[in-house]
Order: sequence, then C-alpha cells, then structure tokens
Amino acid sequence: MNGWGKRLVIGIPLFWLFLFFLVPFGIVFLVSLGSPQFSVPPYSPAFEWDGWWPHFVGSFENYIFLTEDDLYWRAYLGSVKIAGGSTLLCLLVAWPMAWIIARAEPYRRNVLLMLVILPFWTSSLLRIYALMGMLRQGGIVNSVLLWSGIIDQPIQMMQTDFAVYLTVVFTYLPLMVLPLYSTLEKLDGALLEASADLGASRFATFWTVTLPLSLSGIIAGCLLVFIPAVGEFVIPDLMGAQDSPMIGNVLWGEFTRNRDWPVAGAVAIAMLALLVIPFMILRSSPALREDG
Amino acid sequence: MLRFLALIGFALLYVPLLVLVIYSFNASQLVSVWGGWSFRWYVELWQNDAVLEAAWVSLQVAVLSATLGTAFGTVIGYILSRFGKFRLRMLFTVMATAPIVMPEVVTGLSLLLLFITMEQMFGWPEGRSILTIVIAHATFGMAFVAVVIQARLAGFDKSIEEAARDLGARPLRIFMGITLPVIAPAVISGWLLAFTLSLDDLVIASFVSGQGSSTLPMVIYSKVRLGVSPDVNALGTIVILIVALGLIVGTQIMNRAEARRKRGVE
Repeated sequence: MNGWGKRLVIGIPLFWLFLFFLVPFGIVFLVSLGSPQFSVPPYSPAFEWDGWWPHFVGSFENYIFLTEDDLYWRAYLGSVKIAGGSTLLCLLVAWPMAWIIARAEPYRRNVLLMLVILPFWTSSLLRIYALMGMLRQGGIVNSVLLWSGIIDQPIQMMQTDFAVYLTVVFTYLPLMVLPLYSTLEKLDGALLEASADLGASRFATFWTVTLPLSLSGIIAGCLLVFIPAVGEFVIPDLMGAQDSPMIGNVLWGEFTRNRDWPVAGAVAIAMLALLVIPFMILRSSPALREDG
Repeated sequence: MLRFLALIGFALLYVPLLVLVIYSFNASQLVSVWGGWSFRWYVELWQNDAVLEAAWVSLQVAVLSATLGTAFGTVIGYILSRFGKFRLRMLFTVMATAPIVMPEVVTGLSLLLLFITMEQMFGWPEGRSILTIVIAHATFGMAFVAVVIQARLAGFDKSIEEAARDLGARPLRIFMGITLPVIAPAVISGWLLAFTLSLDDLVIASFVSGQGSSTLPMVIYSKVRLGVSPDVNALGTIVILIVALGLIVGTQIMNRAEARRKRGVE
C-alpha cells in the first residue's frame, strides 16, 4: 500500500481514539489538579494563560486529600476485597461447569454452552433485578426458608456484602466459564489417563496435570471478572450497604451529589492504578502469550 | 460430585430468571403474594410511554453506535494484524485495547468532561443528546470489535492476500474481495457484541446523556431504585424471550452455513 493511503487508513481511527479516549483522560487529570468553585464548570483550572504562556496554578491537594480521608481508603480496599473475593468464588463455581461442558458429547455441549451464553446476552440490569426479587425481605428465598421452618424471621440479605458477592458472581459467571471451557476443551484426555495409569490419585492428577494446563483459561477468566468487578457501580448501589460503598460509587457521589469534580477526577485517576497490576499480569503471563 | 457442583452453577444462573418470568404473570402487586395468572403487567408496560420512548432511544443508539464501532473496529483490527510496524504503533495498540479494561465510571466521567470542554471551546456538541451517547458507545464498541477481528485474522492464511498482491490487485480490492468476505462472520459477531454492550450500558449513558435522551437501562434503573415494579418483570421476560429466540435462530443459521461449507470442501 502506498504511503499516503496507509497513513490515511491509520490516521482516521487514530484521530478518533486520540480525541475520544486519550484527550478525555488528559482533561480528567487536569481537572483533578484544580479545586472546586462556584462557577460553570464548577472547578478552577490547573493552568492560567499568561499571554501565550501557560502557567501552572493547580496542585496535587486532591490526591493528598484522598490518602488522608478514611472513606477513600476503605472504599478502595473494599473494592479490591469484594472484586478479588467474588472472582475466586466465581472460579470455584465456574470450574465444574466448564469441566462438564468440555467433557460432554457435541450436541449436549452446544446446548450447555448456549445456556451459559444466554444470560450474558440479556441485560445485566434486568438480571440483577431478578436477583433482587429473590433476596428482598418478602422475596422467595425468605419465603421458602420461613415455610420450611429453617428460620422464623426473614433474614436481611439486601444491603449486605453477601448480596454484593452473590450478585457479582451471578452477573459475571459466563465470563469465567467461557475462557475456562476453551482451555479445558483443548486438554488432551490421554494425559489424564496416563496420569491415572501411573498411579496418581484423582486429586493428584487434578493438581499436577489439569490445573497447570488450564492455567491460561483461569488467568483470562479471573481478569475478565476482576477488572469490571473492581470498578462496579450498579451492584453495590442496588445491593450493597450504604456505609460501605465501592470506589465506583464514591466517584459517582463526588461528581453528582457533592459536585466536587476535582476530587471525582482524582478518584478516577486513582482507580486506574487499581488496574495496572491486572494489566501487567495480562501482558507478562507466559501461559497467555502461548495462546497468542 | 462434579456434576452436582456444575448443576449448582447452572441453577445460580437460571433460578432468578425463572422466578422473574413466573412473577411477570403474577396478578398481584405484591412480590410475595401469588394472585393468579395474568397479563396485567405486560399491558401496563405497553401503556408506559416513558419505557417505550426509552426503548426507542436505546435501539437507535445501539444500531448507530454498533455500526460506527464495527466500521472503525474492523479497520483497527485489520491494521493491528496486517500493517506490521509503523510509527505510533505502540500508542495505537494501547488506545485501541484500553477501553475494554476501563472502569465504566471512569470512561463516563472522562467523556462527559470532554463534551463539556469541547462545547465551551468550539460550541460542539451542543448539550448532551443521543449523539454523545453514540460517540461514547462507539468508542468502547470498536475496541471489542477490533479484538474479535484480530482473532479471526490471526487464524487466516496471509498467503491468499499476498498472492492477490503479487498478481497486481490493489490494496482496496484485496480488502474488499478477499479479506472482508473471510472475516464477515467475525464482523457480524462483532456488530452483535457492540449492539448488546450498547443496549446493556447504564453507567456511561447516565454520564453522557441529556434531557430527553434517557436510555432504557436508565429508565429501568430509576424504576428499580424506587422499589418493586412488576412491569420490569414483564420487560425482563420479553428480553429473555428475544435473546433466546435470537440465539436459537443464529446457531441454526451458523450450523447450516458450516454444513454447506463442509459439503463444498468435499
């Protein structure tokens, strides 16, 4: 392809991504260096123009403020805990599913795969609403437990961490099952038989053969669940306790309720730091690189 | 044992949906009381103008942003897998994939600030509307489409394209005549993915939408926050039905195409 044609083909999407992806982050960063004030827009700029020369008047105060206030630390660490914990739970629930699907005969396998994909294509908000209907005070879970006599008073399940964990697992389960399935499906059954013939117990075979060979799927699935879960807004907002928000809710609250755009900007930049580690794992994992 | 555990997983996925479907036919207003079968909530849903209007907004946004995102995403995927080294490639790769891992609140906030800044500096876009939601959705949609296209191109033999080039075909003709037909299934699944992601998005749309451009998830969300609204059950049932039908028909078509291709090879 000649030079100009190629440049044009690269240039148009490059320009779009530059304008609608990179520039916005620059703006968020600049806003985070300002301070809130009563004006439109409600913040002071980080630069003032001295004739032609920009002149820095912002500060890193907002970032210092984030480290000093307990609320932000709790939300930050709480998000990592909830996202990490529910990722592990998701893995535990998804592994047997992926295994059964991978070992099923072709027709059954397709049906089961479709059953995993279907919820993923329906609206996640509607699925969360379905779960809310089950967990609320007068919901079906409490009704069944009361009727069977296991409890004599409805349990408070909404607005608890339990509800958040359960909902995250429920929402992101397909994202864990699918990559696990695709590595388990490629797994050579002869290796498992060889291991058994050589006298390994089923657990030893699982631990030394199956698990290491499905590692790339495990890593991919965990990242696919952890990354959206850590920045989750809807689930903690609808299901979580008011006094333990996740970091996404803090950002939303600063921006809408407090109208403190600079602090919201600083929270946004701090959130990106949470994703650096998963992103590095993604890039450096040899297991993933083999797959291409 | 494993079977039993897997069953628990499937139950977790489906019991809430099943309960939702059953309760959408509940005549009673109360969630805990069964008042007999009725289509009452479907009728109420059909008469709810806010829901219908929002559904129309969502549909427009999803079609426009998926189409725009697929056009750009296909080109980006093609560039990433076929153009080799070029200046700014590193920046290009990072910008093309980063929207996938970005938290929704961060994407929403940053785009809203961009639109506000642009409006102040250039007077465009005027306020927030369907247009700003389409831009936002197209930007993350194209990242997903690019990944799908790249995966498809990675498994496709380059030598056919090279042969065409050696025979003197121009790049555009090679792309239209060879590459595009080969990646067509990936383009379609990319479009569907971008379409679904757009229909599903609540957070980003909440940031960048304006007066009169509330999307369906935004309307559902405000209904859900206010408390129990049985017509949302009816809406959920309709969505599940549409997706299930779409999946069944889609797999049938794909299976048939596959069978035809196999016959063609033989």
